[in-house]
Amino acid sequence: MKFSQLYSQKVLEHMRNPRNMGEIKNPDGVATVGNPVCGDIMRLFIKVEKKDNQEYLKDVKFQTLGCGAAIATSSIITTMVKGKLLKEAEKITNQAIAESLGGLPPAKMHCSILAADALKKAIKNYRQTHKR
Amino acid sequence: MKTIYLDHAATTPVDNKVFLAIESYFSQDYGNPSEPHLWGQKARGAIDQAREKVAEFLGAKPQEIIFTSGATEAINLAHKGLVEAVRKTQNKTPHIITSQVEHKAIMETCKHLEKLGWAKVTYLPVNKDGLVNLQDLEKAIQPETILVSIMYVNNEVGTIQPIKEIGELIKKINASRLSAELPSIYFHTDATQAVSFLPCEVEKLGVDLLSLSGHKIYAPKGVGALYFKKGTSLVRQQDGGGQEYRLRAGTENVPSIVALGKAIELVKNNREQKGKNTERLRKKLIEGVLKIPKVELVGHFKNQAPHIATFLVEGVEGEAMMLLLSDQGVAASSGSACTSGLLQPSHVLLAMGYQPEKAHGSLRFSLGKDNTEEEIEKVIKILPEIVQKLRRMAPKL
Repeated sequence: MKFSQLYSQKVLEHMRNPRNMGEIKNPDGVATVGNPVCGDIMRLFIKVEKKDNQEYLKDVKFQTLGCGAAIATSSIITTMVKGKLLKEAEKITNQAIAESLGGLPPAKMHCSILAADALKKAIKNYRQTHKR
Repeated sequence: MKTIYLDHAATTPVDNKVFLAIESYFSQDYGNPSEPHLWGQKARGAIDQAREKVAEFLGAKPQEIIFTSGATEAINLAHKGLVEAVRKTQNKTPHIITSQVEHKAIMETCKHLEKLGWAKVTYLPVNKDGLVNLQDLEKAIQPETILVSIMYVNNEVGTIQPIKEIGELIKKINASRLSAELPSIYFHTDATQAVSFLPCEVEKLGVDLLSLSGHKIYAPKGVGALYFKKGTSLVRQQDGGGQEYRLRAGTENVPSIVALGKAIELVKNNREQKGKNTERLRKKLIEGVLKIPKVELVGHFKNQAPHIATFLVEGVEGEAMMLLLSDQGVAASSGSACTSGLLQPSHVLLAMGYQPEKAHGSLRFSLGKDNTEEEIEKVIKILPEIVQKLRRMAPKL
């Protein structure tokens, strides 16, 4: 990034037009990470579909209270994992999230960690509530 | 897109009259003021004139004004320079009293002095309105106290501190300390946000040291001034040549110094009217913004600078509001954690007793001399939509 302290165009674009924002009624998995004291709260909802004995993320939605980076990371992660196999989606790293946004300022990297964490916890929540 | 700039507490544009006044000092009258030749003398004359203007504005003598690179440097020089001078004459560690809502320039300077073991520092609490309490201040005074440093106008919320009253209190205390053979207490105020609107005559305020900045009053960035009352001992913090009465080495920033002189002269023009206009716009803005549910205004209802209006918007993060406002051509500011690069929200709002989750939703508008009613109307129209959009995005807790 040229200006290391500033947001990329992609971050601003996701901030303006967040993708998959909202709630999934009767989700298969849900997780809330962060807390109001530190300023960022993300909630991720997932809907899982089974095809040929494989589990896919049929739908992913987010709700976020937070700064520009918090909104952008939660928005982009939904686009990165929607339609993916569950076992692939859970491998997503915070670096991958930051990279697909064209980088994040160092002080904002924790937002990408929060987003990756939210997805992992939502999948965990699905597995715990849908034990075979 | 037509833009609306409401971040004048962060910085102001250079006034066109200021710009014209300094143009020739870049490539025409570029001499070094320390040189006795014609070129140098022309520059020297320009600096002298600027110094007179600043001195006149403050009701001080030109010999009591030092030009610096800004208020931050002036503050560093006042605090570190005074402590260093006092340490030469007394064995005990000097004590400083300041407040919990000062600008970082004061906070970090005091912390640095503490870390070096050169000073002990008391950070006075403030009430919900951001005001320091005079009794707290009086109680905090110790035999080793040498400096009280309280800002004039808070940059984040606009609360005006009772500088004159503090000045009187210190004067009274100093009189009794004299007979007890205790060191005199100096009084510094950071007047950065006060210059445009409030009385700044140093005698009336009772201050010994006063810092100010150029770029908050329509001069360029990179210039400021320190007033130091005659007899105040300071040790310079930047060594080198003998410029600025040997208190600030380095070739003078001639164009910017001229600009500061011009800008401070312009502050005096129609000052009262400008204050009233700003006050009127602020009132309009507040009335409009408070129509949004779950929004509160912070600061003091009366002791309040006319150009700053800070709100706490529940359920929304400040930086997100700022970015969406910026998208629509409106410049504002926020004291949320995310704007500081740290994970802590504004130390000012926390000191005023607001919970972190509330402080994250802070939004500051700061008005300038060229803002109009139409601009305020537009902001009042678009802000509710932005708040609504962000609130819809947030998870229900």
